[in-house]
Amino acid sequence: MTAHKTNWLTTILVTILSVLILIPLYMAIVISLKKPSEMGTNLANFFRFPKILQFANFIDAITTTNFFQTAFNSLVITVCSVVVVVLLTSIISYAIARNMNKRFYRWTYYYLVSAMFVPFSMLMLPLVKQLSFLRIDNKFGLVLMYLVFQMSMSVLLYVGYLKNITVSLDEAAYLDGANSWQIFWKIIFPLLKPMHATVAILTALASWNDLLLPLVVLSGNGNSAVTLPMAQLVFQSQFGTNYNLAFASYMLASLPVLIFYLFAQKQIISGVVNGAVK
Amino acid sequence: MSRKKIFLLMTVPLVVIFFLFDTVPLLTGFVYSLTNSKGFGTFRFIGLSNYFRLFTDGSVLSSYWFTFKFAVVTTVVVNVIGILLALALNSNVKFKTFFRGIYFLPYVLGGLIVGYIFNYIFTFMLPSVGKALGWVFLSSSILGNAGTAWIGIVITVAWQSVAFNILIYISGLQTIPTDIYEAAKMDGSSSWNTFWTITFPLLAPFFTINLVVSMRNFLMVFDQIMSLTGGGPASSTTSISMLIYQNGLSGNQFGYQSANSVIYFIIIVAISVFQLKVLNKREVQL
Repeated sequence: MTAHKTNWLTTILVTILSVLILIPLYMAIVISLKKPSEMGTNLANFFRFPKILQFANFIDAITTTNFFQTAFNSLVITVCSVVVVVLLTSIISYAIARNMNKRFYRWTYYYLVSAMFVPFSMLMLPLVKQLSFLRIDNKFGLVLMYLVFQMSMSVLLYVGYLKNITVSLDEAAYLDGANSWQIFWKIIFPLLKPMHATVAILTALASWNDLLLPLVVLSGNGNSAVTLPMAQLVFQSQFGTNYNLAFASYMLASLPVLIFYLFAQKQIISGVVNGAVK
Repeated sequence: MSRKKIFLLMTVPLVVIFFLFDTVPLLTGFVYSLTNSKGFGTFRFIGLSNYFRLFTDGSVLSSYWFTFKFAVVTTVVVNVIGILLALALNSNVKFKTFFRGIYFLPYVLGGLIVGYIFNYIFTFMLPSVGKALGWVFLSSSILGNAGTAWIGIVITVAWQSVAFNILIYISGLQTIPTDIYEAAKMDGSSSWNTFWTITFPLLAPFFTINLVVSMRNFLMVFDQIMSLTGGGPASSTTSISMLIYQNGLSGNQFGYQSANSVIYFIIIVAISVFQLKVLNKREVQL
């Protein structure tokens, strides 16, 4: 490995391959801006940029999928899930990490983390029954489910991170008369910032893009489209022949997460690495 | 309040919630698997007969065959491409962060949307490429053919998930100190040899993570299939998750599909444990 010398051959290779990532995205944007009459089936047509940008597709997509309402629902569910997951799982992780020498806390840790291997399909059918029996087959129930299903991963991450925060910090605060609750909020919670970011990003992506859980939890009460991914599903079956409208709708559904990615790219990438390697 | 009490208060309520909404459904799922429940109305216990029926049910067996074929092939594809691209993106290429940004982009998009975009590519774009070049195998949609539809799903899911693998391998490569490479170079090791004797063994823990996580995720595939083929043609791409979802919730097979999900659960746990055991043995520490 010779340092600082640009490897041009690899750079060219990486550039060519990155086109494979960008083509489908470029294509989706172009289609969403075309008129149906501009589609055609010969090859050049697929890549040709439209003469006049059809922003009307987007306006149609907004009205037919009730975009603002579903986007708002998705946003509320995502924000609530992130807040609940970050607050509650960091608290339990602190209690577990500081008591790993006690059997109860150690077993609790293994119990929570081992649930990572339970496939959602295994829980899906009984959960539907249970949530409708408890009358929480709604957005509240959905947030509760994201808390439960993000718990394994988050606890794993937080406990791993807390091992690196020295116990002497706690001890010093105990001597000053603080209790565990105060120590957590005043000292530990702020120190967990990098992990908060990681857990928040993983939870946000998981709940924003999720289709199966909202489909299962919310389908019982007659709301056919409540979250953005659900709206796309309804859209596809009803307006399947108008591809321009459909793609405008897909672009709209992806736009928030793309903007988020643009601004938080570094955080997201390091967050995912942290999330998986520990 | 004593330290002990506060710690218990921090732990117990959340564990109770977790038990109620994760472990209880797991257990009730097992109970339902022993019944002839349709999902509504009355039902009775029928012992293990759901389980016996599973092994002779053509649609269940074919969904297992499809899901495993898909999961194994996609795991291999994604890890081979992932290691190669991670090596490339970790070497001295120009605009490193820019390229990492691009390669990671698909990961943040929803599986459903990615599925719809590729559905369009396979149905309209690739056939017109095929016709223009005179390639018969591309001139009709691969999704429309029961023999090839699964390949389309492999390509789509791999396109989206390779990002995650690249990232894990890059972070693995960064843990390997560069002086080892300098020593290897002095000893006259070829780059091929260096990869197999140094890079790959030291990358092993990251290989384990990627293999276990990819396999587990791909065995649970749902969104992309929903938007690519809807399980067709002729149920050739119905994954186990889809079968449980469709027949369990609206096909009157609540009890029967519960039995299916118990088997599915046991298989996923067995595969994950097996992978961890076998792969952990091969890992080396510096």
